[in-house]
Formats: sequence, structure tokens, C-alpha cells
Amino acid sequence: MVTLNHYLILGAVIFAIGVIGVVTRRNLIVVLMSIELMLNAVNLTFIAFSRFLGSMQGQVVVFFVMAVAAAEAVIGLAIIISVFRHRRSLDPQEMQLLKW
Amino acid sequence: MDASVILFYAVSALLVLTSLMVVFLRNVVHCALALVAALFLIAILFLMLQAPMLGALQVLVYAGAIMVLFLFVIMFLNPTNPEPRRTLWWGFGLLAALLLAGSLAALLSNGETLADSVPANEAFGSPEMLGKSLFTDFVLPFEIASVLLLVAIVGAVVLAKREP
Amino acid sequence: MILDISIVAAKAFLVLFMVLNLAGILGWIERKGSALIQDRIGANRASIFGLAGMGLVNTLIADPLKFLTKEDFVPPQGDRFLHTLAPCMALFTALVTFAVIPFGDVLVVGDRVINLQVANINIGILYIFAIASLGVYGIVIGAWASNNKFSLLGGVRGSAQMISYEVAMGLSVIGILMIFGTLELQEIARGQGTLIRDLLPESASFLKSAIGWLPAWGIFLQPVAFLLFFTAAIAETKRIPFDLPEGESELVAGYHVEYSGGKFLMFFAGEFAEIVTAAGLVTTLFFGGWQVPYLMRDGFHFPWGETVLLPHLGVVLLQVGAFIVKVVFFCWLQILLRWSVPRFRYDQVMRLGWKMLLPLALLNVVVTAIVIIAVQ
Repeated sequence: MVTLNHYLILGAVIFAIGVIGVVTRRNLIVVLMSIELMLNAVNLTFIAFSRFLGSMQGQVVVFFVMAVAAAEAVIGLAIIISVFRHRRSLDPQEMQLLKW
Repeated sequence: MDASVILFYAVSALLVLTSLMVVFLRNVVHCALALVAALFLIAILFLMLQAPMLGALQVLVYAGAIMVLFLFVIMFLNPTNPEPRRTLWWGFGLLAALLLAGSLAALLSNGETLADSVPANEAFGSPEMLGKSLFTDFVLPFEIASVLLLVAIVGAVVLAKREP
Repeated sequence: MILDISIVAAKAFLVLFMVLNLAGILGWIERKGSALIQDRIGANRASIFGLAGMGLVNTLIADPLKFLTKEDFVPPQGDRFLHTLAPCMALFTALVTFAVIPFGDVLVVGDRVINLQVANINIGILYIFAIASLGVYGIVIGAWASNNKFSLLGGVRGSAQMISYEVAMGLSVIGILMIFGTLELQEIARGQGTLIRDLLPESASFLKSAIGWLPAWGIFLQPVAFLLFFTAAIAETKRIPFDLPEGESELVAGYHVEYSGGKFLMFFAGEFAEIVTAAGLVTTLFFGGWQVPYLMRDGFHFPWGETVLLPHLGVVLLQVGAFIVKVVFFCWLQILLRWSVPRFRYDQVMRLGWKMLLPLALLNVVVTAIVIIAVQ
């Protein structure tokens, strides 16, 4: 019997794995992919709640999250391309100009 | 054991495995493909949660378009030097993630299980219901989302253009 | 329960059998048909005991054997796993699309009503677009894993072309979705069984007498959308005239230059399976699918009053036969187009997809909406 808690714990686990990726990897593209993973974990949680509470609002929110995630991925990749053109590197550790 | 329970455990085990592959593999292209597989598995979970329209949209938009864009950028930038390992950071990251997962799981699973209230009508999650919600209750966010996508397109073109 | 699963398995087996056989026969039609068009003989060297069978022995027996027994190599710096995965993805997405295309109405066996469609899901045509968007990966991965600049160039061009024409393909279908009011392909095929005069209001008597006797096929209701969709579908399958990703005289062989043997056969078979899928989609959306004009579930009902009753099995066989005939016709049409039309240049391909097909599809949606509101 698959209850709501199963889906919520799965969402939490995927979110945590995404957090590991964002914090630990030293490749900007993999960091962006981990952010997408976190967004998808949140989508899964929304849809699970929408199903178990019988309301369509969760699915509409997921629709908008997908649209915003698409826009964010596009802009993030454009930023990565222009940063790469200047620094020839994709390592976030090397982009510390603002650090004091 | 119900067939749906077996399917859920199989899909979620594969999902955790592919997400770990996204985070831990060395080759960036392999990470991107693991993410495509993870997105496809999440779409299957959407189908099991009676959201077929969003499952199809997940494959169409996320796995079919956004990840192709990721692959294009990876092939365009072509990173060849592998990233250096820093064991201390991995340990910290793992610890932080375990704490986060533990607290989220503890917070989200309350004592009693929510009643498995099957949505009344067969058309829950179908395109008709999603469209009805989008065009009546959520019409303003819908229009704003289209403006947002336009802004994103213009911004991306401006950012990634090569200086003449 | 077991019976349900076995019925679905039988339907899936039947559809795969039809598609793969048709893909093989299309290879033969391509070689012999191109030979006829170009005024030469074509492949006829391979023969069994002197019987060459008009090139059938060559194309259907000798060619696959040759492909399967060739050496299978991976380029030395290429990615071994990805190199093997790419043709699998291309073939998989080409074959799986057929799960929602209906090849008949219903088959009544005893007290069980079998819907002649492998999977009846309520998002019908959206599933096909989702799988088509996954088809881009076969190209991209194959191009990348070959570690070859020509291959990468062909792969990038091919995937950009496929993504561009997916948009036009999706938008051109919206007119049909608005008219029939559903995403499910079986409902769209069933909806094309009515006559046009049942769709028009009472006041349009002139229109009713002029075209009301036609069945409500998509081609009569949405001719512009048919042209747009057919063009976009041919561009999706990367056939000539949209052939530049595998341009034979320009890019060696594009994204499958480093493939030989069984993997190349998978790419090849995948391309022919995509031709069959495009033909199947065009017939279902625009040409009534399995509908024979004026054939209802119990027999022919002609608009001039005559009725011919037929047994149920006869009706089912007529409908499945009509579907197969229409699909074969559109496959033949695509092959004819391939050998008659020159190849587009890449910037022309992009311009056609974004600047011509997309605005026309949007205009089609607006005009269809206006006509639907005016008719009601």
C-alpha cells in the first residue's frame, strides 16, 4: 500500500542528493543539473499532495514550476557560456572575484 | 504484494540510483544522460499519481528539450580536464545532506498515514481538468509565465551572443 | 487478468510485427523504386539458386545478413557505452510510438470487446510528441560518442532540425484537436466516421448540398494543417529533402559515419520505422485512420440511402485492410518525394521551420477557431 509518506520521503531523498551535487561538485554544469534535480523532487512532492488531497492546484503549480525551470535553465546555461568565454574554466572555486 | 507497490519500489530504487549517478559520475555527458533517465522515471511516478498530462509534459519539456539544451552546451564547451577531488568537502557535503534528508523525512511523515482518498472522477489530472484550471483560476499566472518565457529567450540570446 | 495481459501482448506483438515487416519491405521499395525512377535496374545480384526475386532476395535476406556479420567496432577515443546506446535509443523511440495508433475499431469476440489499439491513454497524441522529443537523443549521443568532427556536425544539425520541426508539428495538429475535441487518437479516428453534413448547422444548406456528403476526414476539414504536418513529419524523420544531417555528398554520412554492422542496421531500421510512424500518424489524423468511407459497424450506409449489411468480422478486416493500405500509400509517397526533390540547405531548413511553418500553423489555429465559432 503506497501512502503519501512514501512519496514524501522519496522527494526528500532526491532533494538531499541534489543538495550534495550543488555543494560538492566543481563543474558549473553539474551544479545546474543538480538544481534541476532539486526542482523535480519538489514537483514530485506537489503532485503527491495533489493526488492525496484530491485538488488540481498542486498540478497547476507543477506546470508553472516546469515553465520557470525551463526559463531558468536557459538563462543559467547562457551565463555559463559567457563565463566560460572569459575564464576558460567551469570551476566555481575559481570565480571568487567578489570574495573579500 | 500489489503490482503497483512493486512498481513503485522498483521505480524509486532506480530513481535514487540515477540521481546518485548524476551527482557522483566523473564524465559530464554521463551525468546528463543519468539526469535524463531520472526525469523519465519521475514522469513514470507522475503517471502513477494520476497526473498523465504532467507526466507527458515532463518528458516533452524537461527530458526532451531542456536536457537536449544541456547536452548542446556540454558538447559546445567540451570540458576535458577532470575536476580535482576534495575529500573534506565531500565528507561535509555528505553529512549535511544526511542531516537534511533526515530532518525532512522526520518532518514530512507524521504519525498517522493520510487516507488514500482516490479522487472522485476518472478525469483527475487529464488535459481537460488541467486546462480548465489554467484558463479559469490561474489565467493571470499563465499570461505572466508566457511573458517570463519571452524574457528568458531574449536574455539568453543577448547573453550568449558572440561579440562582433 | 491473465487474459487481459495476453490480449494486450498479442496486440503489441501484432503491431510490432506489422511495423518491422513494413520497414523491411520499405527498404526493398526504396531500392527498386529509386531504380525505376532513375531508369536503372537496382539491386538484383544476390540470388538463391538463380532466383533473384526482383531484388527481394538481395534486400530482405542478403543485406541484413551482411550487416549482422560485419565487424562491430567503436572508435578508439570514443565512448564505448554511449556508442552502443545511441542506435538503441533511436530504434526504441521509433517503435514505441506505435503503441497509441489505432489500427481498427473494435473486435467483438464472444462477450469481450477488444479495442484495436495497443494502449488507450487519455493523452494520446501528447504521448507521441513526448516520444518524438526523446528521439533527438539517439542523434546527439551517436554524434558525440563517435569522436569525429563530421559526425558531431551532422548530429548537431540533425538535433536542431528535429527540435525546430517538433514545434511546427505540434502546432499544426491543434486545429484537428479543436474540431474533434479530444487528444485520444481512437476518438479522433472514430469522429472521422461522421459525414460533414452532420457537423454543419441547419442554416448552411448550400454547404451541406455541396460537400455535406463527404466523410468528416481531417484532410477535408484542415487541408493546410495536413500540408504543414506532413512537411514537419518528413523533416522529423530526416529524409530528403531535409537530409542534411546525413547528407551523403556533404558530410560523408553525418552522425552515423562511425557505425557499422548491427548498430548501423538499427539506425537504418529506426529510420524506416519512423517513416511508417509518420505515415500512420498522417492517416490517423487526416485520412480517417481505419475508416472506410460510409462503413459503419454493421455495414455500408451510403448517403443516397442504400445500405449493405456485412458480418462483424468482414467489417473489421475491411477496416484493418484500409488502415494498412493508407499507411503503405503514405510510405510510398515519402519514398517518391525522396527521389524527386533536391536537398534543402541548412539555413533554408531552419528558415522554413521557424519563419514559414510556425506562423502558418498559428494562423491555421486562429482561422479554425473563428470557423468553429461561426458554425455553432
